[in-house]
Parts: sequence; structure tokens; C-alpha cells
Amino acid sequence: MSHASFSLSRRGLLLGLGATFVLGSSRLALAQAAGERRLVVVLLRGAMDGLFVVQPYADPNMAELRAPLLLPEPGQEGGLLDLGGRFGLHPALAELHALYRQDQALILHAVAGPYRSRSHFEAQDLLEGGAEQRLTSGWLNRALQAMPAANGQARTGLAVGTGVPLLLRGPAQVGSYAPPGLEQPSPDVMHRLAALQQADPLLGPVFQEGLRARGYAADRLGQGAEPERNGFLRLAAAAGRLLAQPDGPRVAALEIGGWDTHAQQINRIQQPLQALDSGIAELRRNLGAAWADTAVLVVTEFGRTARANGNRGTDHGTGGVAFLLGGAVAGGRVLADWPGLTRDGLLDNRDLRPTTDLRAIAKALLRDHLRLPGRAVAQAFPESGAVQPLRGLVRA
Amino acid sequence: MSIRSHIAVVRFGYGLRLGEPPPSDPVAWLEEQLVRPAAAPEGASTSEAIAAREETIARRRAAQRQAREQPPGIAPPAPEGRSPLARLAREEGLAWAQWRLATSQPFRERLVDFWMNHFTVSRRAGAVGALPPTLEREAIRPHLTGRFADMLVAATRHPAMLIYLDNHSSIGPNSRLGQRRNRGLNENLAREVLELHTLSPAGGYTQGDVQEFAKVLTGWSVNMDNPPYGFIWRPEMHEPGPKTLLGRRFPEGPESQEQVLRFLATHPATWRHLAVKLARHFVDDDPPPEAVRALEAALRRTEGDLGATYRVLIALPQAWDPPLSKLRSPQDFVLALLRATGERRPNAAVTGLAALGQPLWTAPQPNGWADTGRAWAAPEAIMRRVEWAYTQAGRMEQTDMAEVVEAALGPFARAETVAALRGAGSPREALTLLFGSPEFMRR
Repeated sequence: MSHASFSLSRRGLLLGLGATFVLGSSRLALAQAAGERRLVVVLLRGAMDGLFVVQPYADPNMAELRAPLLLPEPGQEGGLLDLGGRFGLHPALAELHALYRQDQALILHAVAGPYRSRSHFEAQDLLEGGAEQRLTSGWLNRALQAMPAANGQARTGLAVGTGVPLLLRGPAQVGSYAPPGLEQPSPDVMHRLAALQQADPLLGPVFQEGLRARGYAADRLGQGAEPERNGFLRLAAAAGRLLAQPDGPRVAALEIGGWDTHAQQINRIQQPLQALDSGIAELRRNLGAAWADTAVLVVTEFGRTARANGNRGTDHGTGGVAFLLGGAVAGGRVLADWPGLTRDGLLDNRDLRPTTDLRAIAKALLRDHLRLPGRAVAQAFPESGAVQPLRGLVRA
Repeated sequence: MSIRSHIAVVRFGYGLRLGEPPPSDPVAWLEEQLVRPAAAPEGASTSEAIAAREETIARRRAAQRQAREQPPGIAPPAPEGRSPLARLAREEGLAWAQWRLATSQPFRERLVDFWMNHFTVSRRAGAVGALPPTLEREAIRPHLTGRFADMLVAATRHPAMLIYLDNHSSIGPNSRLGQRRNRGLNENLAREVLELHTLSPAGGYTQGDVQEFAKVLTGWSVNMDNPPYGFIWRPEMHEPGPKTLLGRRFPEGPESQEQVLRFLATHPATWRHLAVKLARHFVDDDPPPEAVRALEAALRRTEGDLGATYRVLIALPQAWDPPLSKLRSPQDFVLALLRATGERRPNAAVTGLAALGQPLWTAPQPNGWADTGRAWAAPEAIMRRVEWAYTQAGRMEQTDMAEVVEAALGPFARAETVAALRGAGSPREALTLLFGSPEFMRR
């Protein structure tokens, strides 16, 4: 008892000192107390073909299964980017490859959520919900409940884009940001509207949050940001700038579509890959020094069929790839308990068999990166006691 | 205006037009629209829509060729205005908006929009081009009050759908073409018909059923080689032999696709799925079980007679319960605002839809746009509604505020909202408060 009260008063004392000595900015001290570690989740909607983007080119069955989708081996013209001898990265992901070589990209192969649905929509809901049945809130939102905003200004969580994905919906209030483009009425009109909305159970809180987020983002980013063709690039840049603020959010979610490549996959996947690659580079650039404290989890709802289909594309499958990027990540390796692509190795003689549960990755990030207590991790991923968080994904 | 009149125009329509009298008998007003359709809108044919895309591609190739042959140092000629595809898509968008801003049968139009979202085809897949409005005119409108099975067949074999979900290039592995070339089956259309258009996952089909159905659908393709472009049966792509789907055998050949679709269209799981979607769209985000049961029973009893089902829908007590519990989608919000202010320029609607995150014919995925308030009520999205209303209000020339309020809110106007309008600094600000009020956001 006396020990607890001692440490509390000691911490209070230190905070007070910090506030005095850091140019009188108590905001900074409080933000440090909230933690410097950032987590960004990027949802790839439509199911990215993990076997195509991270090709196990050394696997002897690749040629038979997906001849139309093989890229030249590393070292050849237009070839895969080498990942240490067994796997090669799609050449459109040059920025990711540069991160890999700096030990800041960890590639996880043969991963999937606990569900075996091949429906995009059900699988996305389960991926974002974080359970084996559909929930109305997302795992990231439930994790945020254990991370209250410490500074009274910014929300800890931020949805980047016009909507809020299920991943971030739930009891914890989150902010949202999208680039402006319309005329804005005076603050007075907006506050009167907020009063009119107050009694509405859905719109009341949403409107308050919108106002708050607007004021905050306009303050930090300035008006009239330059127009940008690539939507994801623009959103990733804004996310980086907001996350870099000392009193900014610490957790953000973005999404990018275009991965449902049932036909002409080699051509059609090019654009989303390039957008992802340059978006990650923008995110990093805008995070600046905060990149060192950042982990970016890139996930998709499921992988695609091991065999190419009749249209040089692939259909809905199971196991796939997740990326973990950032200065806080113990990267420079491919982590895979490789099941092989033989008839027996495949799931249902059709899909890459998943050997790692996506929840083991996400739980590790909550525990080891955001340093959330065990009960908060359990609340984010209910009924997943058997799924142990992976060790060593982030730097100590 | 009575509460029921206003509920009829906002829940089943796009809201009143400025100066339009509310229906005196709301149920009769809705039923009348079902039995006496006004003339249908006109527009490009499927063949013309495909031609616009083909021509655009040919021009682009020619320009690239020319640029390659250009001697260095001389600038290539500037491209000439909009491409044929962009021009057609723009015309179609404006016609879409004009029709809905002016219609006196908004219930029919809401039903058209409902089915267009059920059978989503999205321009995000480039090859879809300007085809979505042809699907609306050729497959949805003709069967709007007819049999669901007929609409399902028409929508599934329409070139917009065959292209969007890749069936036009799906080849039976043992077909003549499949044996010659190393190409084959594409499951996309088969899966989405089962999951989204008919049974839904609750129908209990398997991966094997998806594959068998994909084999059935081979041969339903699109002629994009020479005019007239459009649907074509390609026997050389069709997988030979009988197929077994949900325990039933279907023979090979050009009749089998329709046989399977008609079987799926009248499956009990399909009735259930459609009943839930209709109740969610017109009654409440969380559909009342009694409403779902009544719609399901109507579909079963009438073998999928849509007109009869809508009559059960508008007779549901739950469909007339205040308060307005649904949040307007951006599309409903934009159309209702423009109708209430008497705006007739369709471009305002087209740009409004894009600004509020629901641009025409570009749903992100085959399951279409979301149909719940939870999905649309993001803080940023609601801010944009207000800002778009403010932007739009700034373009209005003159306003009879009382008339706009009457058209927009009717008896749902709350005293505090009216007081806020009276205290506004300008007509523009008053309109912003009006359209940003919770009464107007809901339907």
C-alpha cells in the first residue's frame, strides 16, 4: 500500500518536473505518458494473392500450379526481389523491399484468420471483428478501450478515409480524417447543428466527434492541401502527419481495394501494388522520427487459390500473406511454417494451407508493441486463449 | 401534412419536390405507382455502350502509335476532349439524376435503385464501362413488378454482369476451347449469384456447388468483337456433361443456365434472403422479425411475384411506425435535398454523390453499397453532408424558406429546429441548419 502511494506520488512529481522543464509544455509530458508507440493497420480489401506477391519460387510445385502467374526469379530482368533464397517479392514493392533490407519489414506467409469462409464480405467482417463469429465491433476498437486519450485533445484511434471500417467501430470513440474539398460553414453554424443533433442517439455523438476531428485536423494540417490523384497515397501521407504529432492519435486504420484479381492478374494487381508501396513510403516519410516507434500491419481477408484459374487469375482461397513494417519491427526475414504446395500440403487440394493464425500476429502487437495488459488483449480477441501471440515480432 | 403522408414520401420515395402537395391517401399513392408505370427512361443500348468503350480503346492505341512515331522534339497533338466512353458515361449520369429529380413515381425509382444495388455492377472494374445503366433499363425495369426469377435471369445474362463478374471469359476445361487452350473456369459469377443474389451463405451451398454452377454458366459470354455487340452463347466454351448442384442434376447445353437460375430463384433460402433485404431497406436496419416473415411468406405464396410482395411491404404496420429510424444514404440525402430546394440541374446531384462518398455505379465490391446507418454515420461523412449542403445552399438564387421547410421536413420539424432556422444569420445558413438537422438526415 505504502509502496503504491509512493510510486504514484513519485510519478506525479516527475510529470510535474517534465512539464516545467520541457518549455512549459505539459502536453508533451502527458503525451509521453500515453506512450510513443504507433500501430497502423492497413486492410487490403478483395483478397490479395499472397502466393503471387510473395512467391515461393523455390517450391517445386509452383510451375505446375500457376505457370501463367510466375515471375522471373531474382536477378533476372523484371524478376522477383530476393527475400533470402526461398521467397521473392513482387517487383512493384520496391519500397517494401528496401525496408526488408533495413530489417524493417517482416513477411508472414501461410497465414489466415480462424474462419474458412471464402466469401469476401463475411471474411472481412470476421477479420475486422476478431472472432470466429460476426461481431458488431472491431478488435482494434476493443483494444483502444485500454488506451484512453491522455491529453484531452486527440483520440487515440483514427480512421483515415470517409468511412469508419468495422475494425474501428465499437464502444471506444475514434476520430476520422479525410482530405477536405467542400466549402465550410462558420463554426457557429456547426455548433448550432451539434446542439440540434444532441438528442439523436446515432448522430449526436458522431457529429460531436466530426467537429472535434475537423478542428483538430485543420489545426495541424492546414487548409488547402495539394490535390493528389492517388487516394491511398494522400490518405497515407495525412495519417503519417497526424500520427507524428506529439498529441496526435497513436492507432490508425486505412484501407485499399482492388485485390480481387479473378482475371488478368499480372496486369490488374499492378496498380494496387504500386499504390500500397508508394503509400507505405509516404506514411514513413511523414511519420519522420516517429517511424522508429511504429508498426504497420498489412492484412487481407484471405489468400487465393493455389492454382491459376482459366483467366490467368485466381479465385478465393485461404492462406496468404501479411506484412509487418516499421522501425519497431524485428524484420528482414520471412516467417513461415511452410506447408508446401503438394496435393496433401494444400488445404482441400486447392488453397495454401494456413499454418499461422492472424490473431497470433495481432495479439503479439497488442501485447509486445502497444504493451497492453493481458485482459485487454483477451477483450480484443475473445475466445482465443488457444492462440498464443507470436514472440519476437517487434524489437524489445 | 399528415405523419403518414410524410412517411410515405421519405421512406418509400426521395422526399417531396418544392411545391409538390403531399399525397392525401399515402397507400393508394404507392399502389398506383406499382400498377400504372410512367414511360420508362431512354438511353444507349448495350451495343452502343460497348461500342463507346471499344472506340475509346482504339483511339488511345492510335494516339500511342502516333506518339511513338513522332520525331523527337516535336510535341504530340493534344488529345481531343472527352473520350467516347467518358462522354457517354457523363450523359448517362446526368440522365440518371434528371430522371430522379423530376419523377412523380419515386417509389418505383427507389425499387429500381434497390435492385440495382442487389445486382451490383461497378465501374471500378474498367471493362464495365458505361454498361450499368443499360442493365437498369434492360434487366431491372422490365421486371420491376414481375417475377424475381425473370429479373434474376435477365440480370445474370446481361453483358454488364457477365463482364463485371468475369463469366464472359470463363471456359469449361473440357470444352472444345478449353482442350485447345490452357485456360479454364472462373468461379466469380457463380459464387456471387449464390451468395449475394439468391441463397446467401445461410442457404448452405458448398465449394463444390460453386464449381458446378460455374461449369453450368460457361458459354454465357459477350460479343465484343463486332457490332451489334452484346450477349452471345459460345458453345465452344461450354463445359460438356451434366452437372450436380445442391443435389440436383442439370443437363449440359444452352438451356441449363436458366434452369439453374430459376431453381435458385425459387429456393426457400432465396425468399428469406430477399425478405430480410427488403425489410432492412424499407423498414429498419434491424428488420423486425414479423416484417421479414410476412415478406417471406408473400414471396413463397406468390412464387416470387415482386408486385404482390411490395403490396405486402406497404401494408406492414412496421413500415409506418414513426420515428424515422433509417439514416438516409448519401444518394437519398442528395436527391431529397435537391428535390426540396427545387434544383433541376442534374450535375449538382452527380457531383454531390461523389462528394459524399457514393459516386454513381462505383460500389467498391459486388455486395453493393451498405444499407445501414452504422455504415454511413462516420463523423467525417456527416461533416461532409453539412458542408455539401452549405456549398449547395450558396448556389441557390432565391428561396421561400417556409416552402422548403415544408417539403423537407413536413410534420417532423421539431420546435428547436424551427427556432434555430429563425435565428440563422442568413438564408444560406438556415438551409444548412435545415439539411443538417437530424430530422432531415433520417428516413
